[in-house]
Amino acid sequence: MKKQVRLKIENISLVIACVLFVLMFGAGAIHYDHFGSLSTFLNLFNDNAYLIVVATGITFVLLTGGIDISVSSVVAFTCVLSAYLLQLGWSAAVVICIVLVIGLLNGFLIGYCVQELKIQPFIITLASQFLLRGMCAVVSTVSIPIENNFYKAAALNKIAFKIGRTNAKLYLYVFLALAVVCVAFYVLNFTRFGRTVYAIGSNELSAGYMGLNVKWVKIGVYMISSFCAALGGVIFSFYTLAGYSLQNMGMELDAISSAVIGGTLLTGGVGNVLGSVVGVLIQGVIQTIVTYQNLNAWWTRVTIAALLCLFIVLQRIISIRADKRKGGH
Amino acid sequence: MKKFTKTMEFKPLCILIAIILVCGIISGGDFFKVTIVDGHFYGRLIDILRNGSRYAILAAGMTMALGTGGTDISVGSIMAISGAIACSIVDERILGGLHGNVALAVILALCAGALCGAWNGFMIAKLKVQPMVATMILLTAGRGIAQLIADGKIVTITSEGYYSISGGYLLGFPIPMFIATGVVILFLILTKGTAFGMQVEAIGVNQNSSRLAGIRVERNLWIIYILCGITAALAGIIESAGIKGADCNNCGLMIEMDGILAVAIGGTSLAGGRFSIISSVIGALIVQTISTTIYAFGVAPELTRVAKAIIVIIVCLIQSQAFMNKIKAVGIRRSGKEAQAA
Repeated sequence: MKKQVRLKIENISLVIACVLFVLMFGAGAIHYDHFGSLSTFLNLFNDNAYLIVVATGITFVLLTGGIDISVSSVVAFTCVLSAYLLQLGWSAAVVICIVLVIGLLNGFLIGYCVQELKIQPFIITLASQFLLRGMCAVVSTVSIPIENNFYKAAALNKIAFKIGRTNAKLYLYVFLALAVVCVAFYVLNFTRFGRTVYAIGSNELSAGYMGLNVKWVKIGVYMISSFCAALGGVIFSFYTLAGYSLQNMGMELDAISSAVIGGTLLTGGVGNVLGSVVGVLIQGVIQTIVTYQNLNAWWTRVTIAALLCLFIVLQRIISIRADKRKGGH
Repeated sequence: MKKFTKTMEFKPLCILIAIILVCGIISGGDFFKVTIVDGHFYGRLIDILRNGSRYAILAAGMTMALGTGGTDISVGSIMAISGAIACSIVDERILGGLHGNVALAVILALCAGALCGAWNGFMIAKLKVQPMVATMILLTAGRGIAQLIADGKIVTITSEGYYSISGGYLLGFPIPMFIATGVVILFLILTKGTAFGMQVEAIGVNQNSSRLAGIRVERNLWIIYILCGITAALAGIIESAGIKGADCNNCGLMIEMDGILAVAIGGTSLAGGRFSIISSVIGALIVQTISTTIYAFGVAPELTRVAKAIIVIIVCLIQSQAFMNKIKAVGIRRSGKEAQAA
C-alpha cells in the first residue's frame, strides 16, 4: 500500500507517456506507408541519441530541484572544439578526453557556484551558456567538417537488422547512449548517491539534517549533467561530422521538456531517466510525423508545446488528488 | 529616511556609472559626445537610451514576476507574436477592414500580449503550475503561433507612422525612451503608490502565509503575468518597428535571458520577495551599455556573449553574500598570520 502512494506521479506519467508514444507511433503507422517499420523506430534512436544522453544528464539536476540551461552550449562547444582540434591533426582519443574533461570542469564550476556561493542555478548556468556559446564563436564562426578516421568510423559503423524484407540499422553510438541511460538508471535507483539526489529534491534541508552529503551530491549532479552534455556533444559530432557555433540553439528546452513529458517534476524529487528517454522518443515521433506530413517545421514546436501543456496539467491533477488523499487519512 | 547607499538601487547604479566611465576613458571622451543633428540628439549615450528602452520595458514587467518568486521565459515569443500581429495588420494581411490603422494595430497587438499573459496567469494562478514550466509552453509554442499569423514569411511593412514608434523623435529624444519612461512611471505608481508592491513581495516570501494573511494571491498573480505579457508585447512592437517588419524566427530570440539578466544585475532576488523596478531599469541599461560598448569598440560581435558572461559572473559574485564572506575570511586569516609573524 505504501509503495503505491509513493509511486503515484512518476509512474502514471511514465505509463501515459509510453501509451502516448505507442498511440502516436501506431497512428503514424496506419496513416503513412513505410512508417510502421522497425527502421522508423530505430531511426528515432539514431537521430536522437545525443538528446537522450543530454536529457538523461539534465534529469539529475532537475531531480534536485535545480536547472541547467547551459547544456546546449556545452554540446555546441564540444562539437566546435573537437572539430577544430581534429583539423589541427590531434588524435581522436585525446580530443574526446579533453572535451569530456571540459564538460566535467564546467559542471564543477557551476555546482560550486550553486552550492557554495549560493548563486541561482538559472543565472549561473545562463552565464555558462553565454560563455561557452561565445567561446564557440571564438574558436570558429564557420562550420568545420570533421575528417578524422575514428570519427568517421564511429559515424558510419552500424548494425543492420533484416526482418523479412525490411532493412533496419542501428548506429554504434546509439549503444553508447543506451549505456549511459542504463548507468544513470542504476545510479539513481540503486546507489546512495541516487537516493541522496531524490532526498535533496524532496527537501534539501532535511536531507542535510539526515546526514546526507548534500554538498558533494549537489555539485555532482551538475558535473553529471555537464559531462553528459559533453558526451552528447561527442555523439552529435559523430552524427553531423561537423562543428558549427550556432547549432543546437535552444536545445536545453528540448531536453527539459523531454524530462517533463517523461514525468520529472521541476520542483525536484520526482521522476526518472527512463521517462526522459520516452520523452525524447515522443518528440522524435512528432518530428517524424511532421516530416511525413510535409508540414512546416514550426508545427513540431506547437505540437510539443501542446503535449507539454497536457502533461503539466495532468501532473497537477494527479498531485492535487494525491494531496487530497493524504489529507483524508 | 534610508541612506541612499543602503538602498537596492545603489550597487547597480555604481556598476552602471563605473562601466560608462571606463568606456568613456578608454574611448577618450568619444563615448560621451552628444551632437545635435536636425534637432535630434545623436551619440552613444542616446543609442543606449534608445536601444535599452526595450530591455527596460521588459525588465519592468519581469521584475514583478521574479518578485513573486516566479519567472516568465515566454516574453521573447510574446514579442514575436505581437510583432507579427501588428505588422500583419499594418500591412493589411489580416483584418483588412482596418486599412492598416497603426493605432488599432498597436492596441490589438497589446491585447494579444495581454491574452498570452492571461494564459500564463491561468496556468500559474489557477492550475498552480511552476511558473518556469508554465511559461515554457508559450515559449515553445509562441514562435510557431507567430509564424502561423505571419503565414511563415517575414512581414515587411511600409508605414512611416509605425516606423516612428522606434525611430521617431520627440523633443530631440528618441520615442522609445519616452515609452519606457511612461511604463516605468506607471509601474512605480502601481507598486509604490498602492499596496500592490507590498503584496507582490509578500507572495514572493511565502505564498501560503500571504494567502492566510488575506492577500488575494491568485488575482495578483493574474495581474502580474498579464502585465508581463503587455510589456513584452510593447517591446515586440518597438522591435518590429525598429527592423521595419516582423521576423518571427529572430524577434526577441533569447531576450528572456537578457531580461532576467537585467533584473538579476539590478539586484532583485530571483527567489522572490524583494524587488525594485528602478534597479531593474538600471540593470537593463547596464546590459545595453555592455552591448553598445562592445560594438562601439569594434570588438568582434561573437565576443559579445563572452563579455556578457564574464560580467554576469562578476556581478553574481559581487552580489553573492557567501562569496564576500569567503573573501573576508581569507583576508582575516592573512592579517592574522601577518600579526603572528610580527
